[in-house]
Amino acid sequence: MRANDGVDLDVSWRQVHALLGENGAGKSTLMNIVYGLLRPDSGEILFDGKPVDLHSPLDAIRLGIGMVHQHFMLIPPLTVAENIVLGHEVANRGVMDLTESSHKVEQLSERFGLQVDPRERIAELSVGLQQRVEILKALYRGARLLILDEPTAVLTPQEIEGLFTIVRALVAEGKAVIFITHKLAEVSEVADVITVMRRGRVVGTTTPKESKSADLARMMVGRTVLLRVEKSPAKPGAQVLKVDNLVVLDDRRHVAVDNLSLDVRVGEIFGVAGVEGNGQNELIDALMGLRSIRAGKVQVDGREISNLSTHARLKGGLGLIPPDRHRMGVVLELSVADNLVLDDFDHPPFARWLVRQFNAIRDYAVKLIKTFDIRLQSPDQPVGSLSGGNQQKLVVARQLGTLPKLLIAGQPTRGVDVGSIEFIHRQIVSERDRGLAVLLVSSELDEVLSLSDRIGVLYRGRIVAVLDAEGADRDRIGLLMAGAS
Amino acid sequence: MAGWRRWLLSAVLVPLVSVICGFAVGAIAIVAAGADPLMAYSALFAGAFTNHNALAETLVSTTPYVLLGLAVAIGFRAGLFNIGAEGQFYIGSLSGVFVAYSIRGLPGIVEVPLAMIAGMLGGALWASIAGALKARFGAHEVITTIMLNYVSFLVASYLVDTPGLMLARNVSTPRTPDIDAGAVLPNLIPGSRLHLGFVLALLAVPIVWFLIERTTIGFRLRAVGFNQNAARAAGMSVGRTIVLTMALSGALAGAAGIVQILGVNFHMTDTVAAGYGFDAIAVALLARSNPWGVLPAALLFGALHNGASFMQLETQVSADLISIVQASVIIFVAAPAIVGWLFRLRRAPTETVAITQREVDAPTT
Repeated sequence: MRANDGVDLDVSWRQVHALLGENGAGKSTLMNIVYGLLRPDSGEILFDGKPVDLHSPLDAIRLGIGMVHQHFMLIPPLTVAENIVLGHEVANRGVMDLTESSHKVEQLSERFGLQVDPRERIAELSVGLQQRVEILKALYRGARLLILDEPTAVLTPQEIEGLFTIVRALVAEGKAVIFITHKLAEVSEVADVITVMRRGRVVGTTTPKESKSADLARMMVGRTVLLRVEKSPAKPGAQVLKVDNLVVLDDRRHVAVDNLSLDVRVGEIFGVAGVEGNGQNELIDALMGLRSIRAGKVQVDGREISNLSTHARLKGGLGLIPPDRHRMGVVLELSVADNLVLDDFDHPPFARWLVRQFNAIRDYAVKLIKTFDIRLQSPDQPVGSLSGGNQQKLVVARQLGTLPKLLIAGQPTRGVDVGSIEFIHRQIVSERDRGLAVLLVSSELDEVLSLSDRIGVLYRGRIVAVLDAEGADRDRIGLLMAGAS
Repeated sequence: MAGWRRWLLSAVLVPLVSVICGFAVGAIAIVAAGADPLMAYSALFAGAFTNHNALAETLVSTTPYVLLGLAVAIGFRAGLFNIGAEGQFYIGSLSGVFVAYSIRGLPGIVEVPLAMIAGMLGGALWASIAGALKARFGAHEVITTIMLNYVSFLVASYLVDTPGLMLARNVSTPRTPDIDAGAVLPNLIPGSRLHLGFVLALLAVPIVWFLIERTTIGFRLRAVGFNQNAARAAGMSVGRTIVLTMALSGALAGAAGIVQILGVNFHMTDTVAAGYGFDAIAVALLARSNPWGVLPAALLFGALHNGASFMQLETQVSADLISIVQASVIIFVAAPAIVGWLFRLRRAPTETVAITQREVDAPTT
């Protein structure tokens, strides 16, 4: 497969160069080549006017190229200073000089206005601060060109503002920044130059002045895109889900969901907004019976379900779009048809006694594939060979195909192309109109804002505010997500 | 088409090339020992296939390898590494032989199934212990099955060596009483030791295949093997599936044990298995956990096992050589990258052509 095909990209000093494209457009592949993680099959890379041959990230670092990955490469039990000097330790005859390390880190963070305490442990830091540490780590290694891969995915709106300030400061110092993103709004705000990629090719290079968001979206997707979900006002009915004072612990046995209460009614989409890591996954797990609850009540249609197994909950009308598709949503090695009946495989018509009925499974699969527009060659191909968008449509199809009364949708469009996002959003809205109750949990604030009828803001495991989506103030929600009262 | 070719590479080519490479490494060892590999290998072949009764004897050794290979393979399919097949073989032999020498005077059609069921049940229960420990406490099955192996060896020698338990009267070496005549598996070829157990092992292959590929149990097992989190989120009970898989695996290993007793040994000493259960891990690996693949893999191991002593007799090359061959085969199977690399080297010219063609095509698209 060609992830990058005849790509030309010119990045200048003192510029923020945004690399805009959908998931799978080849942005990360390109940057992994620049960072020495992948080798190109043909073509050349010039740095400072000279052709360079990058065999590993070590070569890239030596040249002054730094990269902050989407998933941070930090060691949580170590301190900020230890993480930053890792691999380039200040040592005296093999003994690490921690005072000197801390001192160096302090100097660096003052110079670029990246405030962070070098003695703090990474595990104690917020995600935004961890990202600062990653940036400092790159600068400590002498980065002059800094690559930021989807840096805003895990930040609150306020933290994003802070990141933009840092990026501007770096550029003012004479450095170059490549800013990889799929979010249009950010590009217009932070970039000096924008290069749009689609299907491994550069579609064009422009500036925020020349191109407005709608133009960029069209370049990115290849057609006109609806930037908002069209939906009629909700007509909420009886209460379906009622959660009272729920307490759930995470894997480290810390309180992740803290006295949380919410309710979802028939025919409405209740959106949970919040920065990732504020208890979203634990909440979803607890509602589905995948994690035991410490205290509180979970009722569906007035019936307590806390003691039911996941199987019983699914049979009782709950549907789940898991927040992490590859981990929980699909079995990549199994076929599309098998995945479409993953939670419904062991009784008629899909099985008689213990024997699976492949004709029935196939017929059902073909029906869902058509209804949900899953693009594939054959229902027998493994799910791993589908694109991310089609995999996600498969998960949505499986859940909506069983006609649930309550859908718990965790990050329903993560890592999905714009076309599939539109499709999935439309499906969820049309099921809502038919009376489905939806609990949407997403860390994409735009998704929550455009899809929800009511919005609950999640902060440190609590719903800190419930607002009507109609006329909800983006900035206010951002502040609530960051813990302001 | 591409999927078909990839299947051919991973399911047929990699094991086949691995076997050839394994023999090549063995040849180096033979040369190093100052013998002629060609002569050694032809003696091995003769001892395994062409000598009088050799083929029948090879099939006798193949029988436990088939059942044990299936046992390990079914575990692999659920993501479980059952190293305890040897121990389950022992426990299956013990429980089976107890029934087989205790019952008297019933027809074979009754006695054989009774003994088989007892053997399989013993193996299944024994393996379930490891399964339950994993499901309930997260104890890794590699550790628990290894430990349970030692327990089973000691349980076996205690029961077999202790008067009043399973020790037969008036025997010079400790062993159980002989099984009842009705429980003996009928001979297939007069004058050889080949017994009905071989047919039973052959029948087990399609049954296990059907179980894995066509039943809901197999579906559950594979889903859990590939992705436990997704299986759990889809409402499957991962713990129950693990226990069930271990039980099935143990039942097959127990079947191997009792078939060996009913067909070959007719009583049990405390060294009956002789490492079959450990070789079976190699069989399952070579078969890539495919039930059909277990057949040729088991045949290879049966042939090596059976031909080795004749090779030693004829050429003075130690029978331990087959351990070198087996081990290198497994190294090559476990590192398919080596085989892939060997093949890329040979296919290099074609690949270049393909690239050129694509680059010519590029501007027109």
